[in-house]
Amino acid sequence: MKMQMKAGKRQKDFWFNVGWYILIILVMIPFIFPLVWIITSAFKIQADITAIPPKWLFTPTVVNFKRVFMEQDFGRFLWNSTVVAVAATLVSLVIGLPAAYSISRYKQNFLGIFVLTARLMPGISFLVPWYILFSKIKLIDTYTALIASHMLVVLPLIVWIMINYFDGVPQELEESARVDGCNIQNAFLRIILPISGPGILTATTLSFLFSWNNFMFSLVLSTYRTKTLPIGIYNFVSYAEVNWGSVMAAAVIIIAPAIILTMFFQRYIIKGLTVGAVKG
Amino acid sequence: MNRSKGINIERNIKWIFPLPTVLFIFLMMIFPICYTFYISLTDWNIASIIGTSFIGLDNYIDLFQEPRFYNALALTLYFTFLAVGVEVVLGVVMALILNQDFRGKNVVKFLLLLPMVATPVAIGLAWTLFYEPTIGLANYALKILGVPASEWLASRTMVIPSLALVDIWQWTPMIALIVLAGLASLSTEAFESAVVDGANWLQILRYVTLPLLRPTILIAVVLRSIEALKTFDIIYVMTAGGPGYASETLNIYCYHLSFGYFRFGAASSALIALFALVLGFSLLVLWLRRRYEV
Repeated sequence: MKMQMKAGKRQKDFWFNVGWYILIILVMIPFIFPLVWIITSAFKIQADITAIPPKWLFTPTVVNFKRVFMEQDFGRFLWNSTVVAVAATLVSLVIGLPAAYSISRYKQNFLGIFVLTARLMPGISFLVPWYILFSKIKLIDTYTALIASHMLVVLPLIVWIMINYFDGVPQELEESARVDGCNIQNAFLRIILPISGPGILTATTLSFLFSWNNFMFSLVLSTYRTKTLPIGIYNFVSYAEVNWGSVMAAAVIIIAPAIILTMFFQRYIIKGLTVGAVKG
Repeated sequence: MNRSKGINIERNIKWIFPLPTVLFIFLMMIFPICYTFYISLTDWNIASIIGTSFIGLDNYIDLFQEPRFYNALALTLYFTFLAVGVEVVLGVVMALILNQDFRGKNVVKFLLLLPMVATPVAIGLAWTLFYEPTIGLANYALKILGVPASEWLASRTMVIPSLALVDIWQWTPMIALIVLAGLASLSTEAFESAVVDGANWLQILRYVTLPLLRPTILIAVVLRSIEALKTFDIIYVMTAGGPGYASETLNIYCYHLSFGYFRFGAASSALIALFALVLGFSLLVLWLRRRYEV
């Protein structure tokens, strides 16, 4: 009798779990479907992409990718996006890490809010003066202007993330170093930084992503030489005829690094996005 | 090592460390915003042949009498409340569903991140094809469900909801992940005593879980709202403010004034208005954080 009851309960648990898994899958489908559709479309010929009813079985082709790189100069956009993202992130790390450390350790709340405001303000408010000023000093369509503009997005992000991180690092480490005669800058460089790996990884990954995805600044500050990927893909549809194959292939190329980064640094990205919203 | 030099640097480190960052932000943000404010007091128009003159607050007076400005303001708020409203409800529900240990939870989290990290421009263009009335999947899906087809982005009434749907698709996972993290940080005592008192899951949800999550949800909502107010990429590449002005949010309106008509004077006053709107919401964030700091 007892065995029967136990078996009955186990059966109930099993179906309950199955139901739960099905629910989870149902919840995930709307979020995954568009991405799957983009990726499969990139390997279809134009006619297959726009076919109604949609073609689920098709012969894959790489002609879209070829066209995008050969006829539409995507290699250059890829290079530009990479250069700008890496440079903006690196420079922001160099000047942002010490700033975050200082704001955290010395409780410079006013400075913290000052930097934070930069993160929240709409980018377009700065584009008009930037455009005017950069034009005057002939910096339009240069890497310098683009990198500087991206830094205004990336730097506050890095500082915000690292302030939160440094807040969680106990002060004992620096204090024992100071007792041993180390000054603050060395304590920072030799002791704090090496153990700040996770925080720095979070900050770096998110910064790279934000810069990579940026559209508005390049739209205005680049004309030809320094066009980045988001502008590249946008140009495919701003003319009369739209080649959806090219658009989908371009989309896959743009999104691929983000997907790869997320695969490896998922934990850090989540940490970075939820920091400040969740206590503890 | 020269001892006196060392002491000098050390004593001032709290100013030296942040200095480059502060300088940079001053150069790239404070100074430009002041310049924008200055331009907003002139009638600068790149096409005008007569010189630029100082016109005081005329731009603002014109702006506040311009119906297109109020249209932009209304659309911005409509888009924001619609998108964030749905995101919050869906996000919380999703977080509650996902809040258990199950195999593949990390895979689920990974998949949830993808809409957020994907380049908005690319997503916007893909959704444009999706929304295409004749060759797009959206109307095909409606057909299967027996619902009449929609013009989606070409319809004045459907355009904002269509755009909001894209935003919802991209950012609901963010709310879900934030709430999930919040759920994970809740102490189990409240739940245990509720179970001991004989509460069922609905009661626990209403009287324990949701109230405890309130600070987290609130901050997530406000942070997401600030970003939603500033939405530019997807709107610009999907409709550029159209049809007509039916999706011209404040951000897009500012862009058209600045780099469409090059009426810098007028544009600057609109930019200051947008800046003020976002600033208002941001102060709300700071106030909320202080209020919930235990």
